[in-house]
Amino acid sequence: MTAAPEQVDRSTDVVDVAREQVLERGVGLTEAQVLEVLELPDDRIEDLLALAHDVRMRWCGPEVEVEGIVSLKTGGCPEDCHFCSQSGQFPSPVRSAWLDIPGLVKAARQTADTGATEFCIVAAVRGPDKRLLSQVREGIKAIRDDGNDIQIACSLGMLTQEQVDELVSMGVHRYNHNLETARSHFPNVVTTHSWEERWDTLRMIRDAGMEVCCGGIIGMGESLAQRAEFAVQLASLEPDEVPLNFLIPNPGTPYEDYPVVEGPDALRAVAAFRLALPRTILRFAGGRELTFGDLGAKQGMLGGINAIIVGNYLTNLGRPAVQDLEMLDELSMPIKALSQTL
Amino acid sequence: MAYCSYCGKPAEGDHEVCTRRLAVLDPPRYCAECARRMVVQVTPAGWTARCSRHGEITSAR
Ligand code: SF4
Ligand SMILES: [Zn+2]
Ligand SMILES: [Zn+2]
Repeated sequence: MTAAPEQVDRSTDVVDVAREQVLERGVGLTEAQVLEVLELPDDRIEDLLALAHDVRMRWCGPEVEVEGIVSLKTGGCPEDCHFCSQSGQFPSPVRSAWLDIPGLVKAARQTADTGATEFCIVAAVRGPDKRLLSQVREGIKAIRDDGNDIQIACSLGMLTQEQVDELVSMGVHRYNHNLETARSHFPNVVTTHSWEERWDTLRMIRDAGMEVCCGGIIGMGESLAQRAEFAVQLASLEPDEVPLNFLIPNPGTPYEDYPVVEGPDALRAVAAFRLALPRTILRFAGGRELTFGDLGAKQGMLGGINAIIVGNYLTNLGRPAVQDLEMLDELSMPIKALSQTL
Repeated sequence: MAYCSYCGKPAEGDHEVCTRRLAVLDPPRYCAECARRMVVQVTPAGWTARCSRHGEITSAR
């Protein structure tokens, strides 16, 4: 005899299993379990988000880490990441631009003024050259000379050991380098470098004692199984932070006509990643405005997310920071302060 | 405004999608006067866009 479809078998239901395994014991979901979560019907999303929120509260606490990001060098990248409007290989309208040091100092100041504790300096490059690294060094010095003690992260592509050491010496405390998608899907998204090359940079960052920030983009044609694969591959890296982006189909890129990830799928992904990575800083990054709108952003914050990027992104715009800060206030979620992170 | 600053095509015609993107997600990419691609810098609280012929415009915020 089979149970009526609306009845949930409590012994094998993945939400119940996760409650015991992830919430009580802090053990992240396996790939098969993540897939089950991603396949849950819409009428289970509420339960799922509530559990993901409990997991986040239990293993991370109520604080939200707020970050601002800025593009130091925009566009003209030689790589061919198919989602990226900054690749020089596609007919994207994004032109090359360099931000000068006063502009960088101002961006860091605006970010600190929101209450953010993290400021990430990003460049659209395969990896940094001497000019870029000296610009970063000068920029960090100028930010400090401005009396700004915000924590500085960088995202400058693939690194050599020498460059890793140089960034450490500049006081860069966290490095972002996204694996972007499941290993099995990566060759469909990027052909100019490999997933393994990205992984190597991540290991060097970790070994040098920098915090590892590594995430990716949902909605690049990956299957749900590949979404699950990606979540556990990230978990095996044990990153300090995972930024979760949702594809913004940008004009001129190979993915310009890809559909936007639908709200329910995005919420399942948020919760699934939290259940795979119970202790990680899980950040809402690009694309949430398009995928969720205002209501969904709140649901995400109550579904496992504990960090956000406020203000604009690299080439796309975000909501004004004040809107997100008001949302956190409304949700009674305190913003992580600098003193707590030092 | 002779050109759409999202897609760079002549302003007459259907730009509903473009208008929506410009309202939420995108800075202008094409000069509205001459349709040249502009050099755009997005920062946390705003953007600037520069046309080599018509100069710079900036966001309100
Ligand atoms: S390496 Fe970075 S900037 Fe370059 S195309 Fe890929 S995602 Fe874009
Ligand atoms: Zn248009
Ligand atoms: Zn012009």
